[in-house]
Amino acid sequence: MDYGLRPLGRERLWLWGLLFPTLIGLAFGTIGSLLATLLLSFFSWDLIAPPRWAGLANYIALVENDAYLKAFTNTITFTALYVPGVVIFSLLVAVLLNRKIRGVSLFRTVYFLPTVTSAVATALVWNMFYGKDTGLLNFTLESLGLAPVCWLCRENAMMSVVIVNVWGAIGEGMIIFLAGLTAIPREYYEAATVDGASNLQQFFKITLPLITPSIFFQTLISAINAFQAYDYIYMLTRRGQGDSTVPVAVFSIYRNAFNFFKMGAASAQAIQLALLVALFMGLLFIFERRYVVYE
Amino acid sequence: MKSSSQRLILDFITYILLAIGAVAMILPFIWMMSVSLRLPANQFSREIIPNPLTWQNYVELWEKLPDQAYPYLLFNSLKISLLTLIGQVLTCAMAAFAFAVVKFRGRELLFALLLATLMIPSQVSLIPDFILFKYMNLIGTQWPLILPAFWGGAFGTFLLRQYFLTIPRDLVDAARMDGASLWDIFWRIYMPLSRPAIAALAIFSFKDTWNDLLHPLVYLPSDMHQTTMTVGLAFFQQQLQMGGKFTVLMAGAFLSILPLLILFFIAQRQFIEGIALSGVKR
Repeated sequence: MDYGLRPLGRERLWLWGLLFPTLIGLAFGTIGSLLATLLLSFFSWDLIAPPRWAGLANYIALVENDAYLKAFTNTITFTALYVPGVVIFSLLVAVLLNRKIRGVSLFRTVYFLPTVTSAVATALVWNMFYGKDTGLLNFTLESLGLAPVCWLCRENAMMSVVIVNVWGAIGEGMIIFLAGLTAIPREYYEAATVDGASNLQQFFKITLPLITPSIFFQTLISAINAFQAYDYIYMLTRRGQGDSTVPVAVFSIYRNAFNFFKMGAASAQAIQLALLVALFMGLLFIFERRYVVYE
Repeated sequence: MKSSSQRLILDFITYILLAIGAVAMILPFIWMMSVSLRLPANQFSREIIPNPLTWQNYVELWEKLPDQAYPYLLFNSLKISLLTLIGQVLTCAMAAFAFAVVKFRGRELLFALLLATLMIPSQVSLIPDFILFKYMNLIGTQWPLILPAFWGGAFGTFLLRQYFLTIPRDLVDAARMDGASLWDIFWRIYMPLSRPAIAALAIFSFKDTWNDLLHPLVYLPSDMHQTTMTVGLAFFQQQLQMGGKFTVLMAGAFLSILPLLILFFIAQRQFIEGIALSGVKR
């Protein structure tokens, strides 16, 4: 990475011209926003009266607020179910597709479809599937002689929402894993077969260690998505006033900021969410050092 | 002999598993089409092929919804998605070129900073951005959805930089010998040679904007003439479900994903290569 063209004369200006939009984005969109949100979280502000200094009051209120704690726990539960779900299922699909069989590209297309289409549109169908009396899922259960399930009631909604979110994310994960799998040299498997290693042994001794970079990457991406998951949850579980049967932290932030105009409280929640993401990333990078094999 | 029969069995199991998964993946889409072609009285029927088959839901969607909203929603989504695409491709390519090709002080640091922003949840920027746009008097217009696309982005910049790095340096050196400026090298060498990556970014950007729910919900008025297809569809859900018209709702859902489905079938390779590209080499 030492290589690079040196800008000559007036080209130095050009260089900053090229970078200008990105610098604006960092200043206003991301880094600047993070600092602004942090600052706002110490104020009490309804966008009408001037902001008042609130110190740590917003943060203390969060800890005492049962609804928020519930939302925070929901986000963690959701992430804990969603991330392994996506990683395991998309790895499974990728491993199956990586066996040289016919029709791979057709399967790939089909598995990729939910990734392309809007969550809002597909959630409408899932909403029908999950219907208590008229839904396809309960119809199937009943024809198998099983008891129907109230999929979107409070006690099951989390599971139902995780299922749909995983369904929507398998396609992207599959592509990441396929790219990783095709990069493993075929000779490794040939040598292992000569030595009499079984398919299962080959998977655990060759495939899994060599695919750890992809697993790491996919876990990272899935986690980032999980902490921000909104669309399917909104469409499947929303109720009046921006509430939901599975209120995750994002709902809480949205509600406080745009339904109740409590900018300080919403900012404090956003900062907490950011800290949670940072904590998770930190742990993930520690794991990466220990377990991920880069060739 | 034994190993070939073993392989046959394994292939068989592979097909069975893949087929089960494929049904789960595609059934919602088939169901969406199927319900959209039924009479409202048959909306909960379990037949996949509707009997009788009817187009009336599409007609109703187009003509009878309040304010003839559908054409507006389509136009708004197309407009916002295309402008976003232009902004993203242009500004991300500019930054990616600077990071991949030009040597300047602080390059590594700035790039690392940009990548780190990938991990900031978008909700964090939502609140200050809302306040910023409020003071610019832009809430209720489509600008807050379009403007940020013109200030670059970590994902797009990263994606294009990865691709730019694969373009042979000799080309740049040769062009430089001939007296080409930075701009010439960017516009005449890197942009034309990076069509696959640019196509991938364009598609991702279009898809993400088209499907976005949160931002239009925050910034746009709940007026069906000014909001996007995705938000419109979410509103329809409330209206139509109460009226018990799942058939019209499914027609709306299908029409809302149709442009993306067409795009996907035309540019499937770019979609898939783009994702693969973002996953290799950090």
